Amino acid sequence: MTGRIVTGAHYGLRDWLAQRITAVIMAVYTIIAVSVLLSGHPITYAVWRDLFAQGWMRVATLLFMASLAWHAWVGVRDILMDYIQPAGLRLTLEVGVLLTIAAYVGWTIQILWR
Amino acid sequence: MSEAAVKTVRKPRPKYLNLQALIFEIRLPLPGWISILHRISGALLFVALVWLLWMLDVSLSSEAAFNKIKHYAGLWPVKLSLLVLVWAYAHHFCAGIRYLFLDLDKGLDLETARLTSWIVLGASLALTAFLGWKLW
Ligand code: HEM
Repeated sequence: MTGRIVTGAHYGLRDWLAQRITAVIMAVYTIIAVSVLLSGHPITYAVWRDLFAQGWMRVATLLFMASLAWHAWVGVRDILMDYIQPAGLRLTLEVGVLLTIAAYVGWTIQILWR
Repeated sequence: MSEAAVKTVRKPRPKYLNLQALIFEIRLPLPGWISILHRISGALLFVALVWLLWMLDVSLSSEAAFNKIKHYAGLWPVKLSLLVLVWAYAHHFCAGIRYLFLDLDKGLDLETARLTSWIVLGASLALTAFLGWKLW
């Protein structure tokens, strides 16, 4: 490789590690959420609403979403770096992905605390 | 260069990556399939998140809306798409955990790597079937 690539930023260990740690957090949340949903009663609106009314569930779901945001950012950026060569297009897509992720997180907060 | 290397006739490489080349000519080994499916499932989940969040949003807004989403999720094109996403999540989850172990230098030898690839493939399909059965 010659020259410095302007899009992409931070190569290396930090992102790699972040992607793994967030993966573990999401995996734990997934196991807990699936167990809660499969344990017992059929899911009616009351069950569903009460589940998301609990403080721990809101915080855990937000933590999941924050992990997802970081994880997906690293992941999608890796994919863009592999397949999208023109720097301008790649940068545009990366900004689009970042904005999308920010919107996902904002929306999640809105859903959880209303 | 050795005699043998010089005499080896090079197999023509596929020029374009099409489905036929991928399946019949490149013959990606199983762990390779796990890897590309992990990438595809990750990208798919990222894109589909807007739809999933929308369903979560509506389902939590009122009882009537919840029931509407329940009905919506039962329509076959919706159900089929959701099942694809359940599979994508299950595969990404199982393959992801396999990668976490590989990163810890566990299961790197060929035999184990192949075995765990089969397990990932099977477990995610089984999980999809199980969750699909539980959800509907
Ligand atoms: C259940 C939790 C999850 C686990 C255990 C997990 C695990 C992983 C791991 C270990 C990697 C790195 C693979 C590698 O570098 O070869 C990865 C990559 C990735 N993940 Fe996840 N993940 C999870 C959830 C998600 C979700 C929900 C999304 C999307 C919304 C996602 C999107 C991605 C993407 C796009 C990549 C990059 C794929 C690539 O570079 O080929 N992941 N995941």
